[in-house]
Amino acid sequence: MPKILDTIVPAPLRKPAKPGSEGVPKDPAPKDLKTSPERQTEYQKLGQKAVEAPMETVAWLDQRLGASGFLTGMLFRKVPKGTNWFYTLGSATLFAFIVQAITGVFLAMFYTPSATQAYSSIAHINNDVPLGQLVHGMHKWGASVMVILIFLHMGRTFFFGAYKYPRELNWVIGVVLLILTMTMAFTGYLLPFDQRSYWASIVGININGTGPIVGPYLSDFLRAGPELGATTLSRFYAIHMLLVPGALIALIGAHMYLVVKLGTTAPPWTKAEKPKVAIPVAQLDAGVESNGRMNGNSANGVHVNGAGGNGATSA
Amino acid sequence: MAADDAKEMNGAEEPRREREQPAPPGYFEGESMTRRRALTVGSQALGGLAGAAIILPAIGFAVAPIFHRGKERWEKVGPVSDFVEDTYRQVVFTETEGIGDAGKAIAYVRKSSQELEEEPGIYVAVSNRCAHLGCPVRFVEAAGNFICPCHGGVYDFQGKRIGGPPVRPLDRFQTRVRDGQVEVGPRYSVTNSLSPVRARDPGEFTGGVWEYLYPPRPSTFPAP
Repeated sequence: MPKILDTIVPAPLRKPAKPGSEGVPKDPAPKDLKTSPERQTEYQKLGQKAVEAPMETVAWLDQRLGASGFLTGMLFRKVPKGTNWFYTLGSATLFAFIVQAITGVFLAMFYTPSATQAYSSIAHINNDVPLGQLVHGMHKWGASVMVILIFLHMGRTFFFGAYKYPRELNWVIGVVLLILTMTMAFTGYLLPFDQRSYWASIVGININGTGPIVGPYLSDFLRAGPELGATTLSRFYAIHMLLVPGALIALIGAHMYLVVKLGTTAPPWTKAEKPKVAIPVAQLDAGVESNGRMNGNSANGVHVNGAGGNGATSA
Repeated sequence: MAADDAKEMNGAEEPRREREQPAPPGYFEGESMTRRRALTVGSQALGGLAGAAIILPAIGFAVAPIFHRGKERWEKVGPVSDFVEDTYRQVVFTETEGIGDAGKAIAYVRKSSQELEEEPGIYVAVSNRCAHLGCPVRFVEAAGNFICPCHGGVYDFQGKRIGGPPVRPLDRFQTRVRDGQVEVGPRYSVTNSLSPVRARDPGEFTGGVWEYLYPPRPSTFPAP
């Protein structure tokens, strides 16, 4: 291979000059580089690869996604002093939603949204399908759990004053999420098509109809006609599993983005701390200790000067 | 002193001059819109049109049932001899096709009564759908009243509200006699004075200003 002139190669790509060549002091190589490493057996090499493979995969993904910065910022974000168990209600609601989404997808594999077959398909899920009763039960009770949790979460936000500036938009999104959750509960109630769901839906649709001027048309829209008919059930099913979940997922994303972006609030009973006395930059540079908060070392009461004296060594 | 020097060097005291922008390519004297702007607006309008072409038919498809009226159905419910003036007979008939038992409706049918000053020779078919929120009411023979199990609505013999939360009398069905058989037809609602109006959903008032607040729906049949 012909030698490429150093002058035409961009500086970062240039080969480092060999020790002892012109302009580079001849320095003995470190001792570690002289001793040849122990030979690894084939098995050891494979083991090494197996250990490194997950990290390499993650690194490969991260080089292309560039997500590590965002994920670190999100997962290791600061939370205010006083954060307590009440702050988990939002995550709990999200968890309930995920349970509903997963069990719902699998229920849809066995359910028939037809007025003549819906009841028997639910009976089939409950009586014949292995674990059918469990999955159906999780979906049924999970719905109530989600409604309860979303109200508790809303109450926490209200009583902690967490809806105030700059989080009003997140409150508004949360209210829309509440309405969508109630829509899910309402449309899902009809699907088993037993006596209870039939009459509850009749009553619910008629309550919609009592709104002046638009109410009667809203009822017709929900029923797909003047009476509960053949397409009412499919309409409810489509709203329940396609229309509203899409909106829910999108708005949950926006809701959580704002939570991470704006941070959470401290509980209302937390007192504001007095600000610490400011330390002039000149003193910081000189390494003068003040207030015990200078750097990592001073926290341990050990002050190391010199090369090894940075914060990392004291941990 | 240093600050003053900087001021002088930056010429902060001098008034700012508008920098003259070079005319964009294709510019001509008196143009009202640059080419870039015209293309931006044009492509946005095209995108809007394409979006509307997708969204509008889909929405129309979803709301179409509001404007659709089904076929008029008449169901035989029994020979004329079955029905008397002083009490009701419960009949079950299909109101909506294709959904099995869920499409069945119940009506309480009797002959029109001279005592109550009703039009003679016709048959009265009272719907069992409560005018409160649509639960099924039952005619209680001993009391001569219709009673709703859900929220305690009570109606008299003619279906007028006498207690509980309902907002109007019970709905009725049109009736006719064909070949000695009583037939039940489309549903209609009544005002408090029992004059027929187009069918309303339960919970909606009838008569007076309510006719405008709860407008008649195109999916229902005209009142007899």
